[in-house]
Parts: sequence; C-alpha cells; structure tokens
Amino acid sequence: MKKHNPPPSEPGVASRRGFLFKTIAIVPAASALTTAALLPSAAQTADVAAAGVDYQPRFFNADEWTFLKAAVDRLIPADPEGPGALELNVPAFIDGQMESGFGHASNWYMQGPFKGDAPALFGYQASMPPRELYRAGIAALNEHCRKNFSGKTFAQLAPAEQDQLFKDMDGGTLKFEQVSAQWFFTFLLQNTKEGYLSDPIHGGNKGMASWKMIGFPGARADFLDFIGPADKVYPYGPVSIGKGT
Amino acid sequence: MADITKPKVDVVLVGMGWSGSIMGMEMTEAGLSVVGLERGEHRDTNPDFAYPKIADELTYAQRYKLMQNLSKETVTVRHSPNDDALPYRQLGSFLLGNGVGGAGVHWNGVTWRAYDAELQIRSHYEQRYGKRFIPVDMTIQDWPMTYAELEPFYDRFEYVAGVSGKAGNLGGKIMEGGNVFEAPRKRDYPLPPLKNNAPANLFETAAREVGYHPFPIPAANASQAYQNPYGMQLGPCNYCGYCERFGCYMYAKASPQTCILPALLKKPNFELRDKSYVTRINLASDGKRATGVTYIDAQGRSVEQPADLVILCAYQMHNVRLLLLSGIGKPYDPKTGDGVVGKNYAYQKNSSVSLFFDKDVAINPFAGAGAGGQVFDDFNADNFDHGPHGFVGGAYISAMVTGGRPIGQSIVPADTPKWGSGWKKALKDNYLHAFNIGSEGSVMANRDNYLDLDPTYRDAYGLPLLRMTFDWKENEIRMTQYVTDRVVDVAKAMKPKLMHAAATKSGEHYDVRPYQTTHTTGGAICGDRPDNSVINKYLQSWDVHNLFVMGASAFPQNWAYNPTGMVGALAYWSAAAIRERYLKNPGPLVQA
Repeated sequence: MKKHNPPPSEPGVASRRGFLFKTIAIVPAASALTTAALLPSAAQTADVAAAGVDYQPRFFNADEWTFLKAAVDRLIPADPEGPGALELNVPAFIDGQMESGFGHASNWYMQGPFKGDAPALFGYQASMPPRELYRAGIAALNEHCRKNFSGKTFAQLAPAEQDQLFKDMDGGTLKFEQVSAQWFFTFLLQNTKEGYLSDPIHGGNKGMASWKMIGFPGARADFLDFIGPADKVYPYGPVSIGKGT
Repeated sequence: MADITKPKVDVVLVGMGWSGSIMGMEMTEAGLSVVGLERGEHRDTNPDFAYPKIADELTYAQRYKLMQNLSKETVTVRHSPNDDALPYRQLGSFLLGNGVGGAGVHWNGVTWRAYDAELQIRSHYEQRYGKRFIPVDMTIQDWPMTYAELEPFYDRFEYVAGVSGKAGNLGGKIMEGGNVFEAPRKRDYPLPPLKNNAPANLFETAAREVGYHPFPIPAANASQAYQNPYGMQLGPCNYCGYCERFGCYMYAKASPQTCILPALLKKPNFELRDKSYVTRINLASDGKRATGVTYIDAQGRSVEQPADLVILCAYQMHNVRLLLLSGIGKPYDPKTGDGVVGKNYAYQKNSSVSLFFDKDVAINPFAGAGAGGQVFDDFNADNFDHGPHGFVGGAYISAMVTGGRPIGQSIVPADTPKWGSGWKKALKDNYLHAFNIGSEGSVMANRDNYLDLDPTYRDAYGLPLLRMTFDWKENEIRMTQYVTDRVVDVAKAMKPKLMHAAATKSGEHYDVRPYQTTHTTGGAICGDRPDNSVINKYLQSWDVHNLFVMGASAFPQNWAYNPTGMVGALAYWSAAAIRERYLKNPGPLVQA
C-alpha cells in the first residue's frame, strides 16, 4: 500500500536539500558497509525529509535500498531546473515495479535456451527477470566499488566517480562476471525515468512535479479546444488518475 | 483426440480482430451459423478502456497491457538463414495484439487505399524502368486483383470505420487539398478531416512552400459524431493524446468494438468464445478439405470445433504459423526458392527528423489524435522517377504528432546526455517546443526474408514458435536515405532553431528493441498461381478450398502505407466472393 505524500517541494527547497545531501561528508573509509548501512545515511535523511513518511521497501534490502537511492539521485539529481528522482519517490516506484509483473518478467518469453551474451539488438536474452537483475547488478556493482575504491560502496563514492561508473557500464567497458552491467544499467536508467515521469498512482512523480516542470497535463486527455496554431501554451496544470496527489 | 467435441457450425473464425469481426458480420448476414474463437480475453470500451484509468502511459504504452503476453507465445528472430534465431522476449519493434478486437484496439487508425502501380508492382516497374531494374533477389510480384476491383470494398470499410479525410481524386477529378496522386474514389470519405494540431499546421505550410502536396492523413478517428452502416455510434475525437497503444474512451477510434461487435454479438447465429487458443486447422484424410479447428480452452482442455468453412483471421504472424503447424501448403525454402508458406515476409523502414523551436512556439505535443496530421506522397509508390535512384519503393512523409507522453514521446537534442542535470534541462527546455516529422517507407520482398517454424523454441503448449528470418537489404536503405533528405527539405522550411535527422545507414542490421511499426506482412501471400502464392485473389487457400486466410499475411510485399485499410477491404472482398459464389458452389474459386 503506497502512502500519500505531503505537497510537492518547490525547486528552491529541492536545491537546498540537494546541497544538503552533497555536503554531508562521505562516510569515512574506515566504516564497514554494514555499520554505514545502519546509520541514517544522507540518502535516507533526504528521502524521509522529502516524503515526510518512512517508506519501507518490500523487495530491496537495506544495502540495496541505500544503493538505489544514491543511484537515482545521480541519474536525475535535484537542481535549480527542477526536482530530482529521490524527492519524487522514484526508489519507491522501482521497489513497486520489482514486486509487479514487470519485476517478475511475467509478460516476457522466459523459456530457454538463454543466450545472455547475444548482441544487444536482439533485446534482453538473459534468464534473470528484472528483480533478479537488480539484485545481482547491485551486488556486483557494490563489490566492484569495494575492490576498486578502498572498500566503499557505490553510495559512498563522489558523484563524479558514480557518474563514471555509470558511463562505463552503459558503454560496455565495465563488465561483471555473473550479470550484464550494461543491461542492468539500461533497466535502471529506464525505470528511473519511468518513475520520474509516470502517473503518481505508480508510486513516483510525487505531486506530479515532473509534469509541472515540463508542462505535461497528465491525465487531462481532452484537448478539443486547444487544437490549432502554435501560439498558446496549454494553460492548465496537470491532473493524475488518482486522487490526493 | 480432443477432450471435447463441439457441435458443427457452418463457419469457424480464428481470431476476433478486424478481419474476424468483418467476417463474422458478413457470414451471419448470409444466414450461416458462426463461431468466433479468440485466444485472448473479451474486452469492451466500458470498462476496459474507460477514462481515467486508460490515461496511463506506464501501464499501456510502456508495459503493453493491451497486447500479446509473450510468455505464452512469441516469435524468434534471426538476420539470415545461416544464423540461429533468438526469441523476441520483450515487445519492441512490433506490438502484437491480443484479445477481442486484437490490434484493432490499440492501433493509430491510419487508413489507406492501395495505388494500382503498387498492386501491379512488378509489371509496372519492368515496364517503366526495365526488367533489370528489379534485383534478382527481390522476389516482388503483382497482386492478383486490381484497384478497380477493390474500390467498392475500400469504400465499405471506410464507411464502417468512419474514416476522416479529404478525397484527392473523385471519380477522376483531382481535388486540391487531398492526395493528388491517389487512385480515383467514387465518393468522399464519410467524415471531414481531423483538425491540424500545431505540428501539422507548421508542416503543411512548409511542405507547400517546398512544392510538395500535403493532405490530411486519412484517419479512422472520428472527426465528428458518426453512425456507421451497422448502427454503431462513434463519438468525436478530442485529441486526447492517448491513442495508439491504448483503447479509445471516446468511442472515436475505429475498432471492432466501436464499429462492429456490439451489433454482431446480438445476432442469434453468432457465438464468441474467448480464451480459445487455436492450435491446429484439422484436415480430412485427403488433405484437401478442412474439417474444423482444434483449440485449447480456458481450462486447458483441447476442444475440436467442426465447421464447413474455416476462416483464418489470426493476424499476419499467427496465420502463417497455423498453416505451418497444420501442414497446409508447401513451406518455403530460401535455398531452392521452392515452396510458398512463409515466403516474402516484409516490414517497413522509417526515419525521423527532430525539430526544436524557441520558447515562443507552443507545440502542445499532448494534443494529438492517433492518425491526425498532414502527409505528402510525392516520394511514395511510383509517384516520382526512380530511374536515377536505383531503389524500388518509397515512403510517405508526415507530421503525425499523436501525443506528448513524457516517457515515450518527449524529444531532446541528439547530443543530450542520457542522464543527469543535462538530461533534465534538455527535457524541460524542449518538451513544449519540439516535435518529430518523418517517413514511413516500404520494404520489398526478398529471397532471404521469410518465416518458418523454429527448431528449438516452443510456446506454452509445446508447439514450435514461428521463426522470422529478416534483415534490411540495400534497397530499403537507399530508399530511406533518399526520402529522409526530402524530409529534411521540409524541416528546413519550418525554420527550427535546431534539427536532427536520423536514417538507417548501409550495413546496419535489424534491431528488435525500438518500436518501428507493427506492419508485418507476407508469409501467406496472394497470387495468380499456386506455385507463387498460398492463397488466390479471393484469399482462398489453393490447397484447401474451404479455408480462407485474411490479413496482411496476404501481401506479396509491403508498401509504405499502414495495412489496415487494405486488410479491411480484403475481408469484405473475400466475404463477397464467399457469399456470392463459394456458398452456392463450394470449391476452388480460381482454377489453378
């Protein structure tokens, strides 16, 4: 059951929170992953502050949740242009997706044999449904970070380091043994954008904030009076399918 | 042996999309007892496409709720006959339909008639450009019927669907503002054209400036309230921006639900059975007559439905698969060129140009109809001289902005980063001020593009999947490069502050990931002889005279146009032949 959230934050507040997140010191390298996860991390603080409620993930464990929040915050950060994925509850959206048909690949053909290393233009061919892909991908990425960044997890890295890792995964130069880094990143990025831009009934896009930012009227779906020359921007704000957003 | 045998009926229909619904109406009007079998669920405008739930991009446009669930059945894909095929595990390139109404629920509504030059494509090209103009491996062939024969049936389908448009050729008189190249029609469209949205307005003006002949896209989205010949009431389209991939909540988009089914379901001699997955067309021991079909019901029991007449309306892909699974007709072999079932699979090749404008240009991309927009045909079919260009076919060029759905339809400049603040800024700055125009182009039949049964992968019932062998050939790549330059001509005339053209390059392979079109064709092609086709001009099987095969599987090669106008016309044309000739004297309608 998804909880409803208080009114959306304005861009100024978002940028303050973003600044807050960035200036909280990276947890000292000496801290083990497990103790760091037990402390209220910067991501959790920002999330709770933004949401006003304590979203409990149903699928992701604590370490994965920490990763996810850091990842979506990097993919769509809060800045003066508009809100970020974190404050729009994109992690909650993705968590919900993992528990849905999509997460279980319920509408994908999942019979073998599987050729997971097939060229990308044949589409995703591995046997892992998204929820397993996320689980394995997060574990592999964190393991890579610990090995290469003095024991730090992804969430503990500097933004520039996180960005570079994403670039390397996306570009195919960073590979993992047991899971495709490139496919994991492809889904992570796509699901993050979906959570940012979809109707709030799915758990993200809190307060329709992304729609307000870009000027999309949401579920209004009736423009007979606004068809014509390119001289007037549609004047009304967005509506969601659900109530109370 | 089936678990259950049903009482015999006169006609069994396999699939209840457009073709099945048209055939259902025609055969029941002829007084026959008809069973329509649909593998998917029954669906209706209310409650399945009701507002507001339908206005949900994630569920319908990204998670494909109204489409085929590939976990039970899909196709496999390979690029050449020497490769192993891999399953099409997620929907992408083409969006297969499912359920009552089929893809006729989630389509855009673009509705065309053929050009005679395309129906007689081989004769026409050989005559105009010489026999050597057509490459040896381009296995295109003439259709066995002419435009003149089909004209009344195009008219019929357009009036059933309530197509909104403007005639360009009324009985030989060229009408300005319509498609000046089109074949003559006896009467105008049943409804006036849809209104232009902002991109269509800009495009129409620019296209005229450059010297082309734009006209409103013929749209099965009702521009006004309309009652069709079956007494079905369509509502006016309100440009809601949730058209293709969605069902229409306004009763404005033509579909089997809005145009036929409520009338058909009232008929006492019609029975619709949903969740009935046909696995085989059964034949008499001499192999020359169908005795009915076998299907798997909702509980998984096998059921035999005997019938005197079997009409395959299962969609292009599944029609071909069922013929192969049932052992009807000789399967095509690309090595020898022999055989016909599976031969001449084809697709379409598109390109697009993105245009970006300043903030004073309000595009309002979310205000769009599924088939609303402006188009010109100056580089389609054989409306231009192919001689200097060395390719067969062409494309229609259009501004068809159907919505502004943020996940799938927002547009950013080509050099925009894929994520981060740069992505967000580009999204925000351009969302209200950008749109795409593009070309939709023909893919010709080729010796190495075909369908057969996969040797490895199976469906949920253990039956082999259909295997697609397909890749782009030089012909369509040359075509798309040329027509994209023509798109750019028009784009420049619109004076955007920035633009970006994307067209397939030589050597690129078919990528199943991005959506392209669902206009897959061929595999059970029509022709004038049994050695070059699976069905005759009335869509009757050469091998089994009481079997008729509808759909775009009949197309000997593809063209630029969306196929549904032809599919609807062919269903009415075939139904007329069945009613007027076959029923009186069952047997082959064309002597082999």
